[in-house]
Amino acid sequence: MDIAPDRRAAREAARRRHARRGSVVAAVSSVVVLGGLAMLIVSSPGWEDVQRTFFSWEVFRDSFPDVLAGFWLDVKLFLVVEAVVLVLALGVALVRSTRAPALFPVRLMATVFTDVMRGVPVILVVYLIGFGVPALGIAPDWLVQDPIYLGGIALALCYTAYVAEVYRAGLDSVHPSQRAAALAVGLSETQAMRHVIVPQAVRRVVPPLLNDFISLQKDVALVAILGPQEAFRVAQISAASDFNFTPFLAAAMLYLMVTVPLARIVDRQQAKARRRQGHVVAT
Amino acid sequence: MPKIRRSILAVVLAAFATVALVACGDDDETASPTTETTALACEKADLALVTPGTLTVATDSPAFPPYVIDDDPTSGKGFESAVAYAIAEELGFTAEEVTWIRVPFNSTFAPGPKKFDFDLNQVSIKAERQKGADFSSPYYTTPQGVLVAGDSEFAGATTLTDLKDAQIGVQVGTTSLDAVNEVIAPGKQVRVFNDSNDVVRALKNGQVDAIVTDLPTTLYLRDAVVEGSTLVGQFEAPGGDDWGAVLEKDSELTPCVTAAVDSLRDSGELASITEQWIGAEAPVLALE
Repeated sequence: MDIAPDRRAAREAARRRHARRGSVVAAVSSVVVLGGLAMLIVSSPGWEDVQRTFFSWEVFRDSFPDVLAGFWLDVKLFLVVEAVVLVLALGVALVRSTRAPALFPVRLMATVFTDVMRGVPVILVVYLIGFGVPALGIAPDWLVQDPIYLGGIALALCYTAYVAEVYRAGLDSVHPSQRAAALAVGLSETQAMRHVIVPQAVRRVVPPLLNDFISLQKDVALVAILGPQEAFRVAQISAASDFNFTPFLAAAMLYLMVTVPLARIVDRQQAKARRRQGHVVAT
Repeated sequence: MPKIRRSILAVVLAAFATVALVACGDDDETASPTTETTALACEKADLALVTPGTLTVATDSPAFPPYVIDDDPTSGKGFESAVAYAIAEELGFTAEEVTWIRVPFNSTFAPGPKKFDFDLNQVSIKAERQKGADFSSPYYTTPQGVLVAGDSEFAGATTLTDLKDAQIGVQVGTTSLDAVNEVIAPGKQVRVFNDSNDVVRALKNGQVDAIVTDLPTTLYLRDAVVEGSTLVGQFEAPGGDDWGAVLEKDSELTPCVTAAVDSLRDSGELASITEQWIGAEAPVLALE
């Protein structure tokens, strides 16, 4: 406030100069590093072979429609599982946050559930549920005959555990005084949770939640082991039939088309959260 | 910036690509069997045999049906036993002039001198194997077999059309998927599994109605793996394995055995032997 105007102008000019120099250095170093890598790869003796087997435009064009049709299955599965996970995980997190002694067994179950589901590889859970539940012989026919249901259930269980922990971190991050204040103004425990703590907690954990979404969007491909022809499997089939791996590239592109925009949304949400908390945001 | 991102993507993908390429280097192409069309001196007296005067034929121990019935190749019962005697006859040998020996599968096509004149043991003709041994022209090309649970509504299927409504499962990367899509063209999208264990698991669990593999595998699965399953039948599909008789590398006998097999094929005798022994196990599924 009491800084002289010319000194402030000089400081800002210096800052701008510094920023300009920074972008020039970034550009040059990008060109050198990436260009060097690209040249190394393109000039390697196997490049032509790699280009033919991985970057064949004809194969890409032929396989893309089938892979896209398979990817649609991934997207649908992702959306349904995600909705289920968001609800279930909040439930598990709330159970773990309860304090009543009578609820101890429920808390214990919730804890064991998250520990086990987070500790086991997703592919194993998909396998065990996808082939194990039908083997019991008690599941109804509709559940057994469409692998999408069991695959979806397996993914939902795994991701519920991850997301419940994210929610719980959010709940814990709300200062205890918030709860105390809510109780002081006459809200019940449940009302305090519902109207004061959960809204603040959820707001805080949006970036990590989106992060888990991205992870789930990729992991839906694991359901392929149960037989449905989703994007990865379709790519695998067409790669196996003509010994060309380009279809995998088509599948990878489709996954990226969903995950990269999601990643940018996470970035923006995180920046917003930092701004809200009064930090300066570096761009 | 987007340009840089794209090049990053390209670089990363290329790196993965290189690794994947190195990891996927093997392939086993089926090479055409050894065929020599020079003037043949296949007179019985002129043949270079392991034991002069008798034809020494090898198979595995134990040998399984339907290739050899009751593990007794001398009976002439079973597909490969019958083929062996038919070849012997073409070459001018009587049944009494055929001796059988037992040779484990892996050593049949290993390089080196052989104790047999030829070997019949469901050996697929492959380029890699031809480096160590000769093959006759194929006496059998494996078709696809359809296996269902014994209590399945598809257990009584007699035509490919009967299987149109079945949920079919196959293993990824096999020719069975193409065969099913082209020949059966099922109404439900075929389920594709990582390996044959998963395919079998899905059949046992009732997650699929039918599984399709090459016929020898179907026979094995029915007899040894999936209890109470029914092999409803077989159908022709491109890409099956060719089985040939194995002979010593550069054997003078190879062109003679090939000529015998070709002659059996041309006369239709090979087809009727195949129908008698393998067709009895797996009837040919009619197109309509």
